[in-house]
Amino acid sequence: MKSALIALTMVLAFGIAVAAAQDAGQIKTSKGSAQIERSGQKLPATVGQVVQQGDVVVTGADGSVGITFRDNSLVSIGPDSVLAIDRFVFDSTTHQGNFDASLKQGTLAVISGKLAKQSPDAMKVRTPAAILGVRGTEFLVRTGPAKD
Amino acid sequence: MSARARPKTDPRPVRTRHLGRLALLALILLAGCASRNDLYVLLPGKDGKTGALVVESGGKKQTLDTPYAAARVKNVGSVDGLKSSEAEVKQDFGPALEAQPKRPVSFYLYFQRDTDEFAPESKALVNQIFAEIARRPAPEVAIIGHTDRVGSMQYNDVLSLRRAERCRDELIKLGIPKVRISVAGRGAREPEVQTADQVSEPRNRRVEINVR
Repeated sequence: MKSALIALTMVLAFGIAVAAAQDAGQIKTSKGSAQIERSGQKLPATVGQVVQQGDVVVTGADGSVGITFRDNSLVSIGPDSVLAIDRFVFDSTTHQGNFDASLKQGTLAVISGKLAKQSPDAMKVRTPAAILGVRGTEFLVRTGPAKD
Repeated sequence: MSARARPKTDPRPVRTRHLGRLALLALILLAGCASRNDLYVLLPGKDGKTGALVVESGGKKQTLDTPYAAARVKNVGSVDGLKSSEAEVKQDFGPALEAQPKRPVSFYLYFQRDTDEFAPESKALVNQIFAEIARRPAPEVAIIGHTDRVGSMQYNDVLSLRRAERCRDELIKLGIPKVRISVAGRGAREPEVQTADQVSEPRNRRVEINVR
């Protein structure tokens, strides 16, 4: 009963976030400077904020963000990172769809979800130098120009 | 005499010759000095299974399929395999790893045959589900219905969704706002126990409560 009350309090504290079908995921962790760029606007990348297809998640020198997607893919970025959610389509009945993301710079940690499990070609991660095919897995990416 | 004549026999204009030397210089520089600092690392899976990651750059491919297998891309088109380690990974990717969301957890409620009625032992699970929700930032609940293989695909898709909706209604009654909950019906696509078609299997008549 006590735990039920805690749950209720927490849920109320975080307020209402509409879990609409077009939402790709939700921010679960956020530190330092972090923003979402969505159709020319900048939104704070706070815990509870939804992430949509087309969003670009940007962190500053002290920033990091962790996102849980609808297919249970877990994606996080470290400081000075730019991650574009190019495409996210997920059918919760068949588990078919596509997840394309691009890390333009910085660091990325991924635990792939139901999309990659259903089809080995469903998830693709791009960097300026490479394209990654995800075969149901946990992996890390760092991309950026070489330092002298 | 012949030494002076030789340059005149080179048909290229002076500027082209300079460009040729510049291109050669650029190639030497590129070969010796990296233009990128890219690193790709495959981690061991938490469930003991390690997947695979295919790294492709400028037509060159490398498949990483063992724990901490890594690839370095210094220039587009060059993929060098290497081995990383738990310690190196922490150093290279610490903040990104610390920012990873908690892994989703699933609970299973079971149903009586061809109904959306809970099996009695399932009711006790509800408190555990609440506790899990309380542990998480911005919690969401995905309710996913499953059936056994008795009945047609369409029938089971509808039945599985009905079971998920029944669960959602119960959880809402217990205090979780509707907006945090999504429902899905997977029909008979994801059995807990593999069976032949039209086999009644209580372990497959279930609803998964995925808390994330």
